[in-house]
Amino acid sequence: MKVTGAQALFRSLEGEGVDLVFGIPGGAILPAYDPLLDSSVRHVLCRHEQGAGHAAEGYAWATGKVGVAIATSGPGGCNLVTSLADAKMDSVPVVAITGQVPSPVVGNDAFQEADITGITMPITKHNFLVKEAGDVATTIREAFHIASTGRPGPVLVDIPKDVLLQETTWSWPDSVDLPGYKPTTKGNLRQVRSAARMIMESKRPVLYVGGGVIKAGASKELFKLATDGELPVTTTLMARGAFPDAHELALGMPGMHGGYTAVTAMQKADLLVALGARFDDRVTGQLATFAPNAKIVHVDIDPAEIGKNRSADIPIVGDCRDVIAKLHAELRRQQEEAGGVPDRAEWLAQLRDWQDRYPYAYDQPADGPLKPQYCIERLRDLTGDDAIVVAGVGQHQMWASQFWRFREPRTWVNSGGLGTMGFAVPAALGAKAGRPDRRVIAIDGDGCFQMTCQELATSTAEGIPFITAIINNAYLGMVRQWQELFYEERYSQVYLSYDVPDYVKLAEAYGCVGLRAEHPDEVDAVVEKALSITDRSVVIDFRVDSGEMCFPMVPAGSSNDDIIVGPEGLRPVNDPAEAPVA
Amino acid sequence: MNLHTISVLVEDKPGVLTRVAGLFSARGFNIDSLAVGPTSDDGLSRMTIVVQVDKKPLEQVTKQLNKLVNVIKILEHDPGAAVERELMLVKVRAGGEDRQRVMEIATVFRANVVDVTHGILTLEATGKPDKLEALLELLGDFGVVELSRTGRIALARGDRGIRERTKKARAMAAGAEEYTGGGV
Repeated sequence: MKVTGAQALFRSLEGEGVDLVFGIPGGAILPAYDPLLDSSVRHVLCRHEQGAGHAAEGYAWATGKVGVAIATSGPGGCNLVTSLADAKMDSVPVVAITGQVPSPVVGNDAFQEADITGITMPITKHNFLVKEAGDVATTIREAFHIASTGRPGPVLVDIPKDVLLQETTWSWPDSVDLPGYKPTTKGNLRQVRSAARMIMESKRPVLYVGGGVIKAGASKELFKLATDGELPVTTTLMARGAFPDAHELALGMPGMHGGYTAVTAMQKADLLVALGARFDDRVTGQLATFAPNAKIVHVDIDPAEIGKNRSADIPIVGDCRDVIAKLHAELRRQQEEAGGVPDRAEWLAQLRDWQDRYPYAYDQPADGPLKPQYCIERLRDLTGDDAIVVAGVGQHQMWASQFWRFREPRTWVNSGGLGTMGFAVPAALGAKAGRPDRRVIAIDGDGCFQMTCQELATSTAEGIPFITAIINNAYLGMVRQWQELFYEERYSQVYLSYDVPDYVKLAEAYGCVGLRAEHPDEVDAVVEKALSITDRSVVIDFRVDSGEMCFPMVPAGSSNDDIIVGPEGLRPVNDPAEAPVA
Repeated sequence: MNLHTISVLVEDKPGVLTRVAGLFSARGFNIDSLAVGPTSDDGLSRMTIVVQVDKKPLEQVTKQLNKLVNVIKILEHDPGAAVERELMLVKVRAGGEDRQRVMEIATVFRANVVDVTHGILTLEATGKPDKLEALLELLGDFGVVELSRTGRIALARGDRGIRERTKKARAMAAGAEEYTGGGV
């Protein structure tokens, strides 16, 4: 059967089970937008290609499926760059399809030409330039395979306009042939046995759970391992929801703005079992003083992560689900042999004591000013359990991660590695498009919101409603916090203002409902109102205290031992005498 | 920092050289030499890369190279356990009495004279890098007009070819159940 390259593209997307794509048409990609009209694939017309890219990411985060973004050549592809870099850093499976100028003029500085495969080489897992229509199906097949298997990531497929128009005989490949791409998924049993033995010998173990556990769909296996082994769990920013926060073994988020218990438990541990985590600097603080007495079991599907920052005593390359299931079985066997779980009452009591003494804390005076943490707590308590929470980057992101209580995986979506401001609104759009059965709430900053709020138009036009709660402190809050703490309060270029733009009017202009709360008394009513609206998007303007800072905090480059728990005195509270480690 | 020689078997696809080189440049490593050519397998090329880098960052780059979809195999050569060669073409001033002296040196180094003019001899020399360095130093006395070197190529000594070695051992050491290939 004869098809054009463009028809082959949509047949291939259908072949991959794609139901939804995000994109914007333009000159070079034009031929692809014609067969779209006859395709079962739904196209969500975004207002900016960056928005399309983040929406594809949000879709992938929330569903576990590959997100797809389509853009034209030149500026279209270039506008996707930030979202591809973001997806690379956070291992999000995304396939980006870009139009390219016709083959004969590639390299001639043609109108809207950019070497997008060259530009995106270091920020994609892989990319392709398709040279003939006959290669479209194979390339799309390979792109989806690479994006979704092993350590997931973004793949870009660049297709010149003449290739989209060229005729070819349709054929869908049965399998992919990539001789250089065969991820290792099965963990080595001998290594797993050694790891279980190391856990049995440990007096102060901590499971250091990263985003890989969510990507591998290994939350059930993790729950069994943690509960049967009585092993405390920290979940990184990428892993929020991998383990229920309400569980007594849950220590919460470690890292620069993590909880005191999670940070200190890792510092004092004699064993860290890293599961799909990468010892990122935001988790370890100063690397040389990170968890100085801990042995390391490092499980990751990417061998390049093992030993990259911290050398591992027991490296295990493999998919987290496979390895954790094996580790659980092996640990159970060794526990039975030993007559039960090793006695770690002292360690668990110590952790509980820290949790009691150093919870996330803030003070909401009854007469104001309105505190950001209070808004998030009320939003959390008034929202049902089914919400997917999306965040941008900055103080509001940390507060959202700290104060929300996650119960299951894929209910937390954010930009972790790249730290992309403006991620929340388009990612929430993508998450809601992928999970229409769930309520989606973007907790955003006023700085972030202004970078990508145009996607509210997409939300209205396409009928994809979600709530955006702007934690409006009138500042680029995290930068302001650093200037306050480390630059002697010399505030430079961080003031944005509470009322320009007027977020309520802006919301209304986009066809959304705009709400505002400026006083603690108003919060509940506003949240309840927002939750009652399900047929269109809602924007809440929470005008909060500009001076509120995000704590605990480990200053960049400092040791995690020097964690600052709160604004009082800004001194480390960690008393070495109280720690169980010599 | 030591010089390391790495052989990389790659699919012969557009952009693969950029991908490989990009991994080095992104980390600020300088590639000393790079040689690329076809192999006995259709569709596969072999790169030989000589890079000055410490052991630990090299390990990281090697792992990253393994992740490239178009990379099939990587072999880091142990010094002494590989045959390493380079080809060089060099134009030397060799007028008058110098001609005989340059030709004597060429004979000692088993270099061939491939072009002659009144004032110039062009030599072709092959060998280990240190041999070529020694030759160049002697020729320097006469005046080197132009120099072109291919960069180092290498094969590990012994029975086995690149496709049967290395990565398996490394993957097993890193804790893989069974080695299935490269890529992540």
